[in-house]
Amino acid sequence: MVHNIDPMIPIPAHIRRVNWETEDTFTLLLEPECGNNNKFQFLPGQFNMLYAFGIGESAISISSDPFKKNTISHTIHRLGIVTNSLSQLKHGDTIGLRGPFGSGWPVENAKGMDVCIVAGGIGLAPLRPVIYSILRSRKKYRKIFLLYGARSPLDLLYRAELEQWGKFPDIHVLITADHGDSSWKGNVGVVTKLFSYIKLDGFRTTAMICGPEIMMKFTLQELQQYGVPPNQIFISMERNMKCGIGLCGHCQCGPKFVCKDGPVFPLPQVSHLLDKKEI
Amino acid sequence: MNNSLKLESHHLNTLFNSLKRDNYTLIAPIISNGSIIYEQVNSAEELPRGWTDEQEAATYRLKKQNDNAYFSYNVSPYSWKKFLFPPHIRLFTVESKGKSFKINSSDAPIPAYAFIGVRPCELNAIKIQDKVFNNGQYTDTVYKTRREKVFIVAVNCTQAGGTCFCVSMNTGPKAKGGFDIALTEVINEDGHFFIADPGSEKGTKLMEDIPCSTARQSEIETAERLVQTTAQNMGRSLDTNDIKKLLFASLDSPYWNDVASRCLTCANCTLVCPTCFCSTVEDITDISGEHAERWRRWDSCFTMDFARVFGGNFRPSSKGRYRQWLTHKLASWIDQFGTSGCVGCGRCITWCPVGIDITEEVKRLKNEY
Repeated sequence: MVHNIDPMIPIPAHIRRVNWETEDTFTLLLEPECGNNNKFQFLPGQFNMLYAFGIGESAISISSDPFKKNTISHTIHRLGIVTNSLSQLKHGDTIGLRGPFGSGWPVENAKGMDVCIVAGGIGLAPLRPVIYSILRSRKKYRKIFLLYGARSPLDLLYRAELEQWGKFPDIHVLITADHGDSSWKGNVGVVTKLFSYIKLDGFRTTAMICGPEIMMKFTLQELQQYGVPPNQIFISMERNMKCGIGLCGHCQCGPKFVCKDGPVFPLPQVSHLLDKKEI
Repeated sequence: MNNSLKLESHHLNTLFNSLKRDNYTLIAPIISNGSIIYEQVNSAEELPRGWTDEQEAATYRLKKQNDNAYFSYNVSPYSWKKFLFPPHIRLFTVESKGKSFKINSSDAPIPAYAFIGVRPCELNAIKIQDKVFNNGQYTDTVYKTRREKVFIVAVNCTQAGGTCFCVSMNTGPKAKGGFDIALTEVINEDGHFFIADPGSEKGTKLMEDIPCSTARQSEIETAERLVQTTAQNMGRSLDTNDIKKLLFASLDSPYWNDVASRCLTCANCTLVCPTCFCSTVEDITDISGEHAERWRRWDSCFTMDFARVFGGNFRPSSKGRYRQWLTHKLASWIDQFGTSGCVGCGRCITWCPVGIDITEEVKRLKNEY
């Protein structure tokens, strides 16, 4: 949990490995200097505020296995000044870390259910801890579907793991790229197209979605067609965040503080806000 | 039982001295650059004695009056949040040490403030920010460490300001708690005095050291009448009936285009608002690159980058930003904190450079509904 008395003050976290997932996306394996025997506990779906020395902070989801508590990983898209700065760090360097913050995916409540995970682009990162959790207690869940789409085959994250998960007989991994290339023999098109290859038992399905809002919107339409009840659908939202603890005001979406009340929301809490522009 | 005390005006400074003796840093209204602001003072003589303020939409003027009243004006462009939630404050420093670094939280001493001249609407604003900065899950350390030390001398309003609407927001013109001492200033043929009501043990104790007498019933009634007259003279009101429903049902109203055609998104309303709490952070380094700091400063939902994330801006238009401000202030605030975010102080009306008037805007929105 929060390792500092003041949640606005970061703790040091040491970089143990840097993995480049794609041309512009990398994973930092971190060893945070937290109390509690250096065991960092978090829920799948939660995020940390990562601080690049002297540059600033960025809210980044935790993408590692929640059962591995000595190290945590963050998969980061190199986009702005902070993430660019983080991308230049090497093994042995140190960053600051505050967290974990926010709500998690309903990993416990989904037990006994089919689980449909839909991810777009880097949206797979906050869902990877869910997959690890499910695989650890595989028998407690029914069918598992993972639908994942990226802009191009080169933008797919965790390719080795995707391949590995795809080999398990009881998890359906479907992957697509918005645009293929000469080497790509898989599906081409947006992630919602993958719904035509699966059959969901809507009533017994828990759905977890993370990706661009437009992608989540169309995914919701697909899930509705299968009759997945809205309270069994969960989405993770993105907003500008400065504090991570509901105090700075930046992440508001209607009455919700995305950092504190989310980022993972049961659909009925936010569905009326998704259709409106500039909420 | 009557706890009201009568404090002669020439003893007001004794109150200041007692607070100084108890090591409080005194903050009170003073005149600076043509307006009344809240700043550190040493004595009651620094108050804007004999001055009043004329406030209207986009208008603020100080005017000399022919009395020696200490508190014959209404709210300032400043609010007390400036001291509890400082506009610019260092959160931590970081020293680089090879491949690692050491983070030091601020150890600057926290001042114990005595706020003198807090208006009832402003007391309510402080109560609201108490909820904002302790949201049930997290507490803001900067706010908490300052807030728990504060001594509050409230002043009931004996005149309605031009842009005030506290009556309709149920926040004034009489203080109903949240103070250590509440004063009502009376000037009449019997003299110039204050009715002083202690509101806490600290307040009761402090008044013991100050030369005053038990107030007579007639004096208390005189003070009461002044406050009642203030309520009756209030020119503006905001209709709060079904306000949450109105705002949430009006997200697609054409009204927002109208207000957006007037709003300059200058952020004045959010900076003068005593409850607005948004902030951002800034990171800096020195020239050696070995010393870094993180500062927090006030931010506003009206600024261009407030809702920007890499790859897009969730609120690019002034229409979206004004709607966010008003809907948050009057509606979603209630969901978040169980109270309206507006206390009816009128600052956003006075200090809007184009005179956008929140009370009128709600009427317009209602007409479109």
